Amino acid sequence: MAHSDTYLVGREKIREYAASIGEQSPLCHDVAAAREAGYEDVVAPPMFAAVYKWRAMGPAVLDPQIGIDFSRLVHGAQDFTWHLPVVAGDEITTEASFVDEVKRGEIRVYTFSSRSTNQRGELVCEGTWTNFVR
Amino acid sequence: MDELRAVTVTPGRYTTYLYAGASGDFNPIHLDDEFARSVDLPSKILHGLWTMAQVARAQTDVVGDPLALKSLSVQFRGLGVPEQDITITSKLKSQENGEAVFDCEAVQDGNKLVRRGRAVLRL
Repeated sequence: MAHSDTYLVGREKIREYAASIGEQSPLCHDVAAAREAGYEDVVAPPMFAAVYKWRAMGPAVLDPQIGIDFSRLVHGAQDFTWHLPVVAGDEITTEASFVDEVKRGEIRVYTFSSRSTNQRGELVCEGTWTNFVR
Repeated sequence: MDELRAVTVTPGRYTTYLYAGASGDFNPIHLDDEFARSVDLPSKILHGLWTMAQVARAQTDVVGDPLALKSLSVQFRGLGVPEQDITITSKLKSQENGEAVFDCEAVQDGNKLVRRGRAVLRL
């Protein structure tokens, strides 16, 4: 049960996201500063991974074959490992997979993993999403 | 690198709306007090991934480079709310081969929003 989707990273989306989390680095807002630092365009803050990955992770979490009741879902834990920068203009393809389901007392724990690559096929970020269902 | 650091961030009244627009997560538990109370929450709550982004920023702001973060893992626990200070503490665990490892947590009004955070930073 793997879900795959591609997210085109926009310059204004990076700026909007950076502003929403209070990230003020010029690398995330100022094209000239990003280019001077050797990037092609403004750089996504690391936690922007949650945004480009959701395109594939959402359908994985909501897959009726897994049968999670979304109204009782709690985001329990999250893990990201970053390998390469993501900049405006990149096309990021994420493959999200269901890993396992474990019963812990009254709570069911569902784990999903994701792997994101850029338009050159290079690995940019891996993630693990852990969800509790009450 | 300091052994122990604490930074405080204060989510604003409209932070959850800004983050919803930026991230695409429009779950009404983050936007609508009345809806939140109807599902047994105290009021609208912060997005966990917004809080995790504050933990990330507490690391990368020290070196002035948002791309210095190599990995971050957290456990989400308490529910965060707008307009109350969140204190993020980071404790240096080890530093070698150009990397520093920190244990971190985020606390709001005595309530642990993030615990067992582990950040690896490239120096």
